[in-house]
Amino acid sequence: MTQNVLADGRARFGALVNPTSVVFLALAGVILVGWALVAVDGGQFLTMETVVGVQQRSAALGIVAVGQTLAILAGSLDLSVAYLISLASLVAAVTMAGQDSNIVLAVGAVMGVSALVGLVNGLMISKLRVHAFIATLGISLIIKGILGDLYDGPAGRVPESFQHLGYDRLGPVPVSALLWAAVALVAWFLLRRTKYGYRVYAVGGDVEVARLSGIRTDRVIIITHVLCSLCAGIAGLLLASRLGAGAPTVGTDGGYDLESIAAVVLGGAALAGGRGGVAGTVGGVLLLAVLDSVFNQLEVNSFFKDVVRGVVIVVAVAVYARRTGLIGRRRT
Amino acid sequence: MLTMTGIGKSFFGVRVLSGVDLAVVPGEVHAIVGENGAGKSTLMKILAGVHAHDEGTIEIDGRRVSFGHPLEAQRAGVAIIYQEFNLLPERTVSENVFLGREPIRRGLVDRTAMDTATARLLAELGEDSFGPRQLVKRLSVAQQQVVEIVKALSLDARIVVMDEPTAALAEHEVELLYRLVRRLQERGIAVLYISHRLREVFDLSDHVTVIKDGRLVTTVATEDVTSEDLVRLMVGRDLNGYFPPRSTSVGETRLQVTGGGNDRLHDIDLKLNAGEIVGIAGLQGSGRSELAKALFGAEPFTRGEMTPVRPRSVREGIRAGVGLVTEDRKSEGLALRQSVRDNALLVTRAMGRGARRSGVRELLERVRLTPPREEQEVRYLSGGNQQKVVLAKWMTVAPKVLLFDEPTRGVDVGAKAAIHDLMRELAEDGVAIMMISSELPELIGMSDRIVVLREGRIAGTLPAGSSEEAVMSLAAGEVSS
Repeated sequence: MTQNVLADGRARFGALVNPTSVVFLALAGVILVGWALVAVDGGQFLTMETVVGVQQRSAALGIVAVGQTLAILAGSLDLSVAYLISLASLVAAVTMAGQDSNIVLAVGAVMGVSALVGLVNGLMISKLRVHAFIATLGISLIIKGILGDLYDGPAGRVPESFQHLGYDRLGPVPVSALLWAAVALVAWFLLRRTKYGYRVYAVGGDVEVARLSGIRTDRVIIITHVLCSLCAGIAGLLLASRLGAGAPTVGTDGGYDLESIAAVVLGGAALAGGRGGVAGTVGGVLLLAVLDSVFNQLEVNSFFKDVVRGVVIVVAVAVYARRTGLIGRRRT
Repeated sequence: MLTMTGIGKSFFGVRVLSGVDLAVVPGEVHAIVGENGAGKSTLMKILAGVHAHDEGTIEIDGRRVSFGHPLEAQRAGVAIIYQEFNLLPERTVSENVFLGREPIRRGLVDRTAMDTATARLLAELGEDSFGPRQLVKRLSVAQQQVVEIVKALSLDARIVVMDEPTAALAEHEVELLYRLVRRLQERGIAVLYISHRLREVFDLSDHVTVIKDGRLVTTVATEDVTSEDLVRLMVGRDLNGYFPPRSTSVGETRLQVTGGGNDRLHDIDLKLNAGEIVGIAGLQGSGRSELAKALFGAEPFTRGEMTPVRPRSVREGIRAGVGLVTEDRKSEGLALRQSVRDNALLVTRAMGRGARRSGVRELLERVRLTPPREEQEVRYLSGGNQQKVVLAKWMTVAPKVLLFDEPTRGVDVGAKAAIHDLMRELAEDGVAIMMISSELPELIGMSDRIVVLREGRIAGTLPAGSSEEAVMSLAAGEVSS
């Protein structure tokens, strides 16, 4: 009996410290503190301008991070997203070449190239048994080499109509944020309601258990990497639309590879896989963006900004580690 | 319903099974016994489709079958519950039960159907301490086993293989397992039950099949044999009484705690003397492993006096001459991918006392590692041999106190006796020994004194040779008159 009472207690305690709730609590906390600090500084924090700014800044990272969430949940990860974003922006802008009539073709080409990169990543990781870190790092270098050879600066041109994607907004909500929300919803739905989603958690939780339950684990890894790369491709389209052209450094300048991983773990996912979700990642991305916005308004030195972000990420993961350590110890 | 005839199997040219026959009828519990490495697990893995057999035939309901993948065996009605559970700790009970074959409604996973089906099976088994939405990581080992059984039932299994199902259970949880096995039996399911614990074989099974060195020794009706018979058949020799004789003299005190406590333990007063084996009894969660870890410095005491020192870290513990043979040797005791030698030298190297390579061989012979091959990776050794390597690891630093946490769990009868002999030898050499065990006959047979823990406190101390009932009633906290 005592054991049951204990287990119940733990379950309740567990719900309170569920990483997803922690990250949204932290987000609320940062907004409050930021608002106070900016107010003391004599500014106004929650203006239309900042709200829109936060959403626009986070949209591209958010889309990449949703894809990264899938990869990490499946026990993998993807370091090639940054270069893939650059590649996608160039494919988009060069194919469009300023012509409205080429938009559909360009989007198709970007999706095709992204899916191909994801397929190669997935095949290397599942069939050749190369660790995800190395496999996707290798692909990054290959894409980097190709880009470096073909382009030494921005190239191609995006027609004006396509720029609406990056700059328009409906009331306080930018179109780019809607795109992010759509991607996140699709991923959430896949994870929570489809067989594929259940399989992602199983493979990330324990490959051997998944295999012995009859799951084709290789297939799950491959599909996951294709989806992750598609997300990076969409982010590339979005950035091309904002820049008006493709750029070989747009992905790496934004640091989308490591930053997307940081957002995912900030959202409470286990880097080893099997635990976490899209909601947490969305919280993680927003948290990073709000921090950024606060610092911008306070005109803080950008190096100091990086220091604080680093501290936040490490502290967050340390907090989750303590929580899960306390609860999860019963597993033998 | 199941007939296996002349089953043979080789791995890389090494013959592990030859000419094994097995016949099972519906509703029977059929025990399979044999030393570790005898081939029981291989035989069961062939039945479950994990390995393919080289020779012989398998028939289920008169139809010849051959499984190339675990899924095919599942479809034919064979479910296997492994010693290490195949569950995902971060997922719910019903998600685990239906893993890989989630019910689909209109293209989407039907959570409701999963939960109701799981709840129904839990109810049929009389399990009401947890529900289908509970996360598996919050369940006890015994409850996780129930989940495995529910999974087997949801597959409509007619043959359920249980590999060492009690290895990770506390004494009172074993009763629960017995009930579950009987429920399976009532449903006409055949249970193949692999166990080292002969008591369970006699409590549960209708027939016993003994396997030795990959060959069938015999299949008999359980009621026709005694446990001595079975041991002789398994080992090929008598292990009279099982346990080495107790010590006659108790030496000086090696370690003493007064009023020791931390967040899991309270008011611990304990003395460990040279030459003595002190047994620690208690239910799961009573603080047995925590006590060992506190004495060792891994989860230190925060209150109380301790001589020679109260270790604040593992290094301090080892420096004070304390060694801990952990409960889970695979994750806590050994570096599985390293050689026997490197493992034996782990502690000496860590403590910077220079690695005496030359002494290792001697040490391996002393712990009776067979064969004493220093280069072999530890993961290829049997459970008993692995445990001997853990012992060798500690003997390199000549400990004054050795703490054993479940030293013979998952170890076969022969290796078990060797480990018991070694423990006694060490005691006679002046080492103070503390032994935690869930297996009461072992605890009673080995200990010179039994300290019973309950809810993090010492509930009482019993003399050598106390009865199982005395230990259990103290551990469970029943008022005994």
